[in-house]
Amino acid sequence: MSRMRGILALVAAAATCAGIAGTMAQTQDESEREIERYRAMINDPMANPGYLAVDRGEVLWAQARGTKAVSLETCDLGEGPGKLEGAYAKLPRYFADADRVMDLEQRLLWCMEKIQGLDTADVIRRRFSGPGRASDMEDLVAFIANKSNGTRIEPQTAHAREREMLAMGEALFYRRAGAMDFSCATCHAEPGKRIRLQGLPDFSTPGKQAQETMGSWPTYRVSQSALRTMQHRLWDCFRQQRWPEPAYASDGLTALQMFLNVQAAGGEITVPSIKR
Amino acid sequence: MVSFSSKLFRTLLVCGFAVTVSSVDAQDRPPVDPAKVDALIQGMFTRVSPEWRARAVLDDTQRACTERRNQVSGAEADAIQARERASVVLPPDGNFLGDWRKGFQVANNGRGLQFSDPAGTVAGGNCYACHQMSPKEVSYGTLGPSLAGYGRERNYDPELIRDAYIKIFNAQAAVACSNMPRFGSSKVLTIDQIKDVLAYLFDRQSPVNQP
Repeated sequence: MSRMRGILALVAAAATCAGIAGTMAQTQDESEREIERYRAMINDPMANPGYLAVDRGEVLWAQARGTKAVSLETCDLGEGPGKLEGAYAKLPRYFADADRVMDLEQRLLWCMEKIQGLDTADVIRRRFSGPGRASDMEDLVAFIANKSNGTRIEPQTAHAREREMLAMGEALFYRRAGAMDFSCATCHAEPGKRIRLQGLPDFSTPGKQAQETMGSWPTYRVSQSALRTMQHRLWDCFRQQRWPEPAYASDGLTALQMFLNVQAAGGEITVPSIKR
Repeated sequence: MVSFSSKLFRTLLVCGFAVTVSSVDAQDRPPVDPAKVDALIQGMFTRVSPEWRARAVLDDTQRACTERRNQVSGAEADAIQARERASVVLPPDGNFLGDWRKGFQVANNGRGLQFSDPAGTVAGGNCYACHQMSPKEVSYGTLGPSLAGYGRERNYDPELIRDAYIKIFNAQAAVACSNMPRFGSSKVLTIDQIKDVLAYLFDRQSPVNQP
């Protein structure tokens, strides 16, 4: 089953690459339409290359690793040890054992260190996949987030620390800094705006645009031939904002995700999706 | 904050998620301690160079615009504009117009000042990311107003050329908390690059001023 899915995904990926090469000479508008067509064509669990990451993540989750030679299967993502269904829909959230609000990546790193005794330096070095370099984190997030498909984003704000994280995320969203004075809000606080031809979701008001965005990450990025998580999306936003490079799985990124998920509350999760 | 919460309240009610409504209402959200936010943000940049880290530290204008979410008026706006006007350097030779062809290159170039850029990358102005300029270019952004026909519509008025130079050199000298970067004062663009962009806007031969 898994192998069959993999072969289909590879065929689809090759078709996608050929399709993209063919549209490069045309206008971006036509490219967008083409990509939309391919997205519709391969937005299918049997063909979306993002599901290769889901399969790899499933193996990694059950694999004994670290000095303790155990799997991650007792890791508590908030719904109880090893319980994956619906866990992603409620992250980030407060974890009493760590006394911190954590997103999925932070929690996985914590479980690797505490439960497996795994040195995460190598895992963090491979935080974003590239040619010939798989990312355990991208694969695990794809696998775990996929277990929340069909559920709705349900931000957790009952704990004071969660509300504090939300407030800090909102403050960060509106903070202007860097050589170009950009904040997240510079590009994402009005409906119907775009950079060049790229449409920009408005996150300043709760609703459909935030729901559709947050409910569709992690995603398979056709232009990068890789599965990407929200950590990568925010990293790329900081780059384009001309801010310094944010540290992977740092609390500021968790605060931003908390704010974005509150704006996206009630949005249905369907992941991994497939995007440009 | 009030409108944020009331909109969220409605959204959650529509979606049937009453369970989280009260917990994210404004009265339950603690006021943000600015020092804590600063610490959180500096904590994201512990692995970058001191030069890069400094870019996440707000200057007085960034701080004011952040706290007010760009909604400034009256004396506060005047103070920002006066401070920013003081950093504007006019062209030493008194000539505001460079080469419109080079100006197009600057307007079309989105490189520079990103942490992924190789050292020594010459930054562009990336005007097309946010503005329409030449009516023939289909790939333009809409975050800023259209600048198509900019010089022609202003009769190539020397006073307005000077105003546009100041606007590009430091947008907040013209409008406090403008979304536009302070290209000259923040050393994104050189005086010569700004003069070339001005020529792209004001030269009669520039595609910006053609139909």
